Amino acid sequence: MLTAIGTMVTAAEPEGGGSHWTLTMIVVLPLVSFVLCGLCAAFKVKSKLPAWITVASLAAAFVFTLMAFMNAGPMIAAAGAEHGAEHAAASAEHAGHLTVHVFDWLNFDWGGGKSSSGRFDADFGFYIDGLTLLWMLFVTGLGTLIALYASEYMAHDVGLGYCRFFAAFSLFVLSMSCLVMASNLLMLFFGWEGVGLCSYLLIGYFYKKPAAVAAAKKAFIVNRIGDLGLLMGILGVYAAFGTVQYDKVFEFIHKGVDAGGHPLTTSSWIPVILPLLLTAGAFGKSAQLFFYVWLPDAMEGPTPVSALIHAATMVTAGVFLIARMMPLYTIDPAHTILTFVAWGGTITAFWAATIGMAHFDIKRVMGYSTASQLGYMFAGLGVMNSAGGAAHVFSHAFFKATLFLACGAVMHGFAGQLDLRKLSGVRKLPGWKIVAAAMFFGALNLSGVTFTAGFWSKDLILASSFEQSPAIGWILLITAGLTAYYTFRAYFRVFEGPVYFEPGDEVHGHDEHEDHAGHGHDGHGEESHAHDGHAQGHGHGGEFHPHAPGWAINTVLATLVVGCFAIIPLVGFAEHGAWVGKMVGASSAAMHGGEEGHGTFLGMNPHSVMYYVSSVVGLLGIAAAWWLHLAGRTSAAHANADKLEPALGPIVTWARHKWYVDEFYDAVIRIPLKFLSNIFYLLDQYLVDGLVNLTGFVPKGLGRLIRPSQSGELHGYALGMAGGLAVLILIVLMVAR
Amino acid sequence: MMTLAQAGYPAAMGGATLGHYLVVSAILFTLGLIGFLTRRNLIIMFLCTELMFQASGLALIAFGRYHMSFTGQTFVIFVLTVAAAEAAMALALVVLLFRRRESLDAEAWQDMKG
Repeated sequence: MLTAIGTMVTAAEPEGGGSHWTLTMIVVLPLVSFVLCGLCAAFKVKSKLPAWITVASLAAAFVFTLMAFMNAGPMIAAAGAEHGAEHAAASAEHAGHLTVHVFDWLNFDWGGGKSSSGRFDADFGFYIDGLTLLWMLFVTGLGTLIALYASEYMAHDVGLGYCRFFAAFSLFVLSMSCLVMASNLLMLFFGWEGVGLCSYLLIGYFYKKPAAVAAAKKAFIVNRIGDLGLLMGILGVYAAFGTVQYDKVFEFIHKGVDAGGHPLTTSSWIPVILPLLLTAGAFGKSAQLFFYVWLPDAMEGPTPVSALIHAATMVTAGVFLIARMMPLYTIDPAHTILTFVAWGGTITAFWAATIGMAHFDIKRVMGYSTASQLGYMFAGLGVMNSAGGAAHVFSHAFFKATLFLACGAVMHGFAGQLDLRKLSGVRKLPGWKIVAAAMFFGALNLSGVTFTAGFWSKDLILASSFEQSPAIGWILLITAGLTAYYTFRAYFRVFEGPVYFEPGDEVHGHDEHEDHAGHGHDGHGEESHAHDGHAQGHGHGGEFHPHAPGWAINTVLATLVVGCFAIIPLVGFAEHGAWVGKMVGASSAAMHGGEEGHGTFLGMNPHSVMYYVSSVVGLLGIAAAWWLHLAGRTSAAHANADKLEPALGPIVTWARHKWYVDEFYDAVIRIPLKFLSNIFYLLDQYLVDGLVNLTGFVPKGLGRLIRPSQSGELHGYALGMAGGLAVLILIVLMVAR
Repeated sequence: MMTLAQAGYPAAMGGATLGHYLVVSAILFTLGLIGFLTRRNLIIMFLCTELMFQASGLALIAFGRYHMSFTGQTFVIFVLTVAAAEAAMALALVVLLFRRRESLDAEAWQDMKG
């Protein structure tokens, strides 16, 4: 297969300049948009121009991605079919791919052919296979939709902030494209850091708001820790294989040898340490295990950013990395690191879901839900079902973007109100039908209700989990119930029940509030800080009118809901993830299904019963949410769940305080670090500075010692000279003697 | 010093030997030095330095003659030229200093200390 594709590629390349050009345009368009938005800022454009530039460029990039997909279609289909046919057989066939070289990027050689000579090649190039195309389709597609949504959502900030937002947005899509399409690990790292930077810039968009700035720094710093692992992993890959180009690395792994010709399986570090280092990077970016703490705080950013970066695309980069490097993970016959990945994902899925159940901020609930769903994806990869993991990434991208954008519409309309105790029955307000419908269908997907896209993709993971390790399966199954509960808890509290609302603490320059428009514009963060939670402090006099979403938000939400349904045949109704499964099968993430697991679900084949089981679990969760949060609820603040709280004791409080993980990190990491830094500060202040000052003090002291001789008395000087002369004469005489 | 003078002096120098010249030079220098150290008037102090200057010039000429070399005399002629210019400048400086303090007392400039 490899050779067949290889010849096909080399044969196609000379006259395949068209596809090469198409691929380059996918990266160039967001770059152009970034530059133009920057120019808009430089020329102080005070219109929605940056938004339309971004939407147009990203839409064009999406079209080019589609063209690339069409061009690569036959290749994918061939490889996918092959993969399907051989699924049962234990053959390590390498799937079809296309490597495009755009330009030499970081290429060095040293030593000039001597024994110590070496080469390092990192082209700016693309590695196109099913996985790349799958990711690029939703990155550019959702990027376009969310940019359109943001054109309205960010309208209160038209001006410099608007330009800044869309410039960073374009830069994000550019970086994400580089990350996904990279032909080597170094270019992936470039994109990886680029999305991290954009994430930082966009979380801290409301830079006058201390919480946003703190969240941005937290995200950046937590990511740095993981990125250290990734960088070490990349260097390790270079050390092992003498290259970081995917195709060459995969060729070595396929042959089972490292660059020196030694077999990989006997290496002491390649099968375990290398994937572990990469996993650290993946877990950092995707907010898993110890690293999840940054993701909920990242919700301080504008909601379109949360939807695109912190739900649909960037946070799935970790999943992408592991899927891309899957051949490396499967060198180890015991799959040690894959098991670790599965457990890491499973624990995060459960942990984050428990916090999501207790939180009152619906956007934070969605944030925890994202960490939890990412856990599912990692579990999917870890239990050898990369198709399931990727399918869940794909469907999650759609339904979580829908949910976030629906939350964002609520936030936009109710002046930043996100507390589910202060909103109720929003569906019944005029103009909120589409938002409510989007929230409802998104919630159905997230809860895994039968036949939704989320249901199919989650089932793939659950079934494989039971097959590989029933413990993981059970935890994930319970988490599925919790997910359904917290999702519908948010929906029932905010959109159903009696109509009630309190505005949040942010003022946008709406038409109804012309008098506030002036200071509402760029003082988004400042405003909320100044009034610090006093909703009535704006001179509304209690007269608050919710601001129903406009055409852009409604169009995007409607499109996404349609999208959630449209992707069902792409992920569902088939054993191995349908179209998505085929795409993943035609990529480096292809699982050759060497060993089927022997786990069962209560003695039954998990693949055949999981549909029913997970449906029941999801419906149970929804029923619980209905009983606790909708049935008989007469006010926004109180529901049946309150009666349950005393019975649960302190657990609810603990969960509400995020299990005190942030406090724990404070105690274990931040306070010792602060203490150490104080010690180092003192050392610097007194030891280092003391030494420096001492060297300055020596000439100063000497000067003070001899300064009295400069008395200003001319006769004193003369006497000194005469005395000196006398002494000299005496010396001369004594020597001459 | 006397041993040096007795080492052999040319008859052309008449009755005065190198030693005599050097003694006169030393006396002139000492007088200048004492004057410089004891007087406070800037002009007198300046004159005393001139005296010391001439003492060294005398010694140079005496040595030049003693060694039958013109270097000493040439040197002194140059020195006298420079000294004339320097004397003009020094006196001008003294005038300026006097204008500032309305006094010729060297003590008046004590605040120039480092």
